[in-house]
Amino acid sequence: MDIKDIIKEENKVYGKTPVLTDNVMHYCPGCSHGVVHKLIAEVIEEMGIQDKTIGVSPVGCAVLAYNYLDIDWEEAAHGRAPALATAIKRLNPDKYVFTYQGDGDLASIGCGEIMHACNRGENIVVIFINNAIYGMTGGQMAPTTLLGMVTATTPYGRNAELNGYPLRLTELLAQLDGTCYVTRQSVQNPASVRKAKKAIQKAFENSMKKKGTSFVEIVGTCNSGWKMNPVKANQWMEENMFAKYPLGDIKDI
Amino acid sequence: MAVRGAIVVDNEKCKGCGVCVANCPTKTIALSHEVNGKGYNYAYMANPESCTGCTNCATVCPDSVITVYRVKL
Repeated sequence: MDIKDIIKEENKVYGKTPVLTDNVMHYCPGCSHGVVHKLIAEVIEEMGIQDKTIGVSPVGCAVLAYNYLDIDWEEAAHGRAPALATAIKRLNPDKYVFTYQGDGDLASIGCGEIMHACNRGENIVVIFINNAIYGMTGGQMAPTTLLGMVTATTPYGRNAELNGYPLRLTELLAQLDGTCYVTRQSVQNPASVRKAKKAIQKAFENSMKKKGTSFVEIVGTCNSGWKMNPVKANQWMEENMFAKYPLGDIKDI
Repeated sequence: MAVRGAIVVDNEKCKGCGVCVANCPTKTIALSHEVNGKGYNYAYMANPESCTGCTNCATVCPDSVITVYRVKL
């Protein structure tokens, strides 16, 4: 059979969802952000909520997320996405509201906002991309950086005495009464991508059930910041990150 | 083989990260020697006969540049 006979519209089994725009993403080759954007877009398409979804984009690499998903967006001040999402959701309770934040935005400068938004049990979805480094600003140490990990500001590796310990925010948030679904996923291979998509879908469904905040952490890579190629970065993540950031549902009520 | 597949890569949007190559179970995909307008070695079907249309490559593609087709023989 000729390739031309296979490549026909009726044989198409997977393609780009129309919720993603045609803009070329500015992310580095192999960046986890692209996969997570795609998963959110696919969930929005499958749930048929493109007109009812409002995203809040962070400061960080994902600051331009509004260029890539064809939904309504607001851009928050650094770390303040959960506060803005609180206002949007309270004023528009019939809308699906989510924030999309990296570890610099959520776990560092926005630590207070996310704690209180989750503690209040706001009916929003929080997508948290944890790649253990500040990607946009040039690979400095983040609160989530692993011990011994070399970054621009810890050239001899992160030292607990000097820099403290990696912050596992997801476990902390699971302790709060306001959260209903807290999970940690990854997107380095097809199986994990499919699991992450299910988790995101569940989080979006929860936001209409008035059960509380749904929090989805995605352990991702920053191959530029880690100074590795994308495939090696995925391997490094599996070997090193998952020991400190184990995958799976932490809370589901 | 009961199933044949094929992929179409948007060459100009592909950044040549190689994640699809690493996740292709049938070793169908490789990075080309030629480069696109941005200088990236884009992905292409090096072994078109072995493609089963499993969609693994498109699932992990960060830039959503792969479209997958599949036919049952």
